[in-house]
Amino acid sequence: MSTPKWVVTFQIYRKKGNADPHFDEFKLEVSPDEYVLDGIERVWAFHDRSLAFRHACHHSTCGACGMRVNGAEKLTCITLIRDVTQDGGVLRIEPMRNFPVVSDLAVDMGILYTRMEMVEHQPVNSDAKEAIQPEARPAGPVGEEEDYIRLSDCIECGLCISACPISGSSPEYLGPAVLAGAHQHGIKGNEQLLKLVDSEDGVWRCHSAFECTAVCPSFVEPGWRIMDLRKQVIGERFKRLFRGSSPKIIDTMEASK
Amino acid sequence: MTGVSKTSPLSRAAKWFDPRARTISTIGFILNRITALGLSFYLFLHLIMLGQLAQGPQAYDGFLATVHSPIFVFGEVLVIAAGFIHGLNGIRIALNSFGVGARYQKATFLVLLSIAVICSLIFAVRIFTV
Repeated sequence: MSTPKWVVTFQIYRKKGNADPHFDEFKLEVSPDEYVLDGIERVWAFHDRSLAFRHACHHSTCGACGMRVNGAEKLTCITLIRDVTQDGGVLRIEPMRNFPVVSDLAVDMGILYTRMEMVEHQPVNSDAKEAIQPEARPAGPVGEEEDYIRLSDCIECGLCISACPISGSSPEYLGPAVLAGAHQHGIKGNEQLLKLVDSEDGVWRCHSAFECTAVCPSFVEPGWRIMDLRKQVIGERFKRLFRGSSPKIIDTMEASK
Repeated sequence: MTGVSKTSPLSRAAKWFDPRARTISTIGFILNRITALGLSFYLFLHLIMLGQLAQGPQAYDGFLATVHSPIFVFGEVLVIAAGFIHGLNGIRIALNSFGVGARYQKATFLVLLSIAVICSLIFAVRIFTV
């Protein structure tokens, strides 16, 4: 038996060029088990071809389709319609906060990508504690003697920055994704990264709202990573206190291994 | 990020107090800011009131009559509640900042907020009945 259809009103944020923003309404018949992105694509395909939005993979890997659904940051390709509204209900779709709107639902995320490069965010998770544990390793061609690698969880969707109240009020703040990237890379022995993280707009700007962790679709836990970075920064400061300003060469060598 | 720099700092900071579509963690964030502002205002008010004492015995009696009015007593309860909420929430944030219990911050907040509410109620009952 097929799932009964729902009628849902999509209220979609529209903004083109310098014109004032407004909302357009589209009443759609949808399956509650479809994803929000499916509805947005249907609006584009059958109602308004001028609707601009970002999407690509449809399975939470590319991080392109981050938007606000009824006020909350969501990766729309994995957000079921039944989880965010009801039959006869409304879905208010808005672009992410704290990024410049390019057109309609599409935002310019260039600053995030630049900052991720600044903290040397790696596509592979280098933290041994977060490596794939033996019991979780899939059967496959990789032999016992070979190491598995784990890809970095962060898909650079920007939802954490949209949800962060401090990113909203302090544009210079590096932001949760960037600091989480620095944490994954590791600050030990990396003076430049340590300086960036241990700055006014680094870890100390965070005010512990933890909304970044709540909205992250990849379970990166930026909030926890920022707090752990603080602990590491304090540790580094103590080390400096007892040995002078520059790190011992042996630490640098150990960190580069 | 560059998309927010066009609005004034005050209107940007005002968005801190919008709890819509946010989690319980934001309630903690908002409560800490409201209680901080409230306690700062109280300190300012407190110093002004103490300044009245230097104006002689009559001013002192007048001051005592004012602070025993129900509005001031209710204000005292708010100050005590703000102190408990801000202090206990501050302990959570300080611990989290040292990397302690950040993964359990939500549960910690709920426990500490409950303690703050219970303590505030006890003080409220004492203040209004004594």
